[in-house]
Amino acid sequence: MEYLNIIFQESYKILFLLVPVLVSVAMIVWLDRRVWAFVQKRQGPNVVGPFGLLQSLADALKYIFKEIIIPASSNKVIFILAPIITMTLALIAWAVIPFGVEQVLADINVGILYIFAVSSLGVYGIIMGGWASNSKYPFLGAIRSAAQMVSYEVSIGIIIINVLLCVGSLNLNDIVVAQKEMWFVIPLFPMFVIFFISALAETNRPPFDLPEAEAELVAGYQTEYSGMMYAMFWLGEYANILLMCALGSILFLGGWLSPIDLYPFNLIPGALWLIFKILFLFILFALVKAIVPRYRYDQLMRLGWKIFLPLSLTYVVLTASYLFYFNLLPTI
Amino acid sequence: MIAHAIFFYVFSVIAVVSAIMVTVSKNTVHSVFFLILDFISISCLFIMIGAEFLGMIMLIVYVGAVAVLFLFVVMMLNVAQQKNQWFVSKDSSKHIPIGLLISVIIFFELIIVIGGWKYKPDLFNSTKSSLENGVSNTHSLGQVLYTDYIHVFQISGMILLIAMIGAIVLTFRQREGVKKQSYLKQISRERTEGVEVLEVASNKGVKIDD
Repeated sequence: MEYLNIIFQESYKILFLLVPVLVSVAMIVWLDRRVWAFVQKRQGPNVVGPFGLLQSLADALKYIFKEIIIPASSNKVIFILAPIITMTLALIAWAVIPFGVEQVLADINVGILYIFAVSSLGVYGIIMGGWASNSKYPFLGAIRSAAQMVSYEVSIGIIIINVLLCVGSLNLNDIVVAQKEMWFVIPLFPMFVIFFISALAETNRPPFDLPEAEAELVAGYQTEYSGMMYAMFWLGEYANILLMCALGSILFLGGWLSPIDLYPFNLIPGALWLIFKILFLFILFALVKAIVPRYRYDQLMRLGWKIFLPLSLTYVVLTASYLFYFNLLPTI
Repeated sequence: MIAHAIFFYVFSVIAVVSAIMVTVSKNTVHSVFFLILDFISISCLFIMIGAEFLGMIMLIVYVGAVAVLFLFVVMMLNVAQQKNQWFVSKDSSKHIPIGLLISVIIFFELIIVIGGWKYKPDLFNSTKSSLENGVSNTHSLGQVLYTDYIHVFQISGMILLIAMIGAIVLTFRQREGVKKQSYLKQISRERTEGVEVLEVASNKGVKIDD
């Protein structure tokens, strides 16, 4: 009986987290398209509902009622597993994101490592989808994305080390609290820029959307997918983007802390501040999509390995020596 | 406690079954997927005994990087076509003695390592005490690694670096006749050297040297 109670309580909490995440994924798809359209002097989706807000709902309905086509020569089990894995991995990482001091589903010691691990698993959905389709374009897309995500994970990992040097804990709430005096975006600004660009590459966003470059690879690993399975890839991708925005705002923009610790700003709950910061980063993501042309593949690899990796490593040395010299290293 | 035991048995059964499936599965790509499943369930077991740092590092390093490269290679080489050769071919008996020898060696090594605990009774207590002090797993691991075992740690890092450089040197080849782009040159191009305005006489054309 006791176990049942625990299970009920936990699933209630999980639903309370996941339903808003899924709804906001649908909303940011709309936001993404609107921002993209405004930059190009178009209107974007503005017909369904007020300001076109219900466009994503209409799209979802369309996807649900479309037929799911499984290619005859595909590896069926893996073909079906791939979108499920993408979706699941994009959602389980939200378990450790803190929306306030107490408002976190799982306040684990190694929260940042957990997010890092889950986002590094995200590549499997893409590889499995690309391989199981048994077709040229998906396979090329999968190979590209595997190389791309492994490369940019390295620089993201080293950027996280930079932040951890200043915090002295792997817990996400500790990372937020450590920024009470000053957000890490100020002392670690170059790392924030590199993190932002690496997050673009990690989530296969333009200008690094080579795995699904429509001019070269049709739709990359999604080519053979249709209906709800395609929609799951799509939702997983946007959930990952939101997650990266959340990670960026927790690591650099002070998470649920308010920018000024004064009277009117204190009243706004921390969760709202985090949402504002996530939205801010997401609008930057959308703007980048609209204004930057796609990279060539060798340029992408060169940027990851020859520029970001040495830069972030140098910054680790700099941060560590600065903290050591001025005796600012965090105590355990 | 019962829930703990149930989870332990679920994860260990998955680990053992997927480890067996790695070796018997006919498709090599499936083998790699089972290997990944094995890694994931092992890291779940690590987390269950309280070694959350090790579990996460296992996920990041093995599943996130090493197994991706495995998959990469297996998919690129298309080894799936040689499926089942090991069992079908006549000369498969050649492999069996060597395989048996290696597995026996590994078995004895494991026995020695696990049996070694019996002769160092303070080993288990020392690890436990640091956890009970309220110091997190990561901190105690770092404290041990960077103080008592710093030299071993550095040497293993050096070995990894040398292995990496060796792999690069072995596979590096300079190809002839490859046109390379210099980014600096491309960025620093001026209009004057890129565009040339010519007076072209009718019916004569222009000679462009390239």
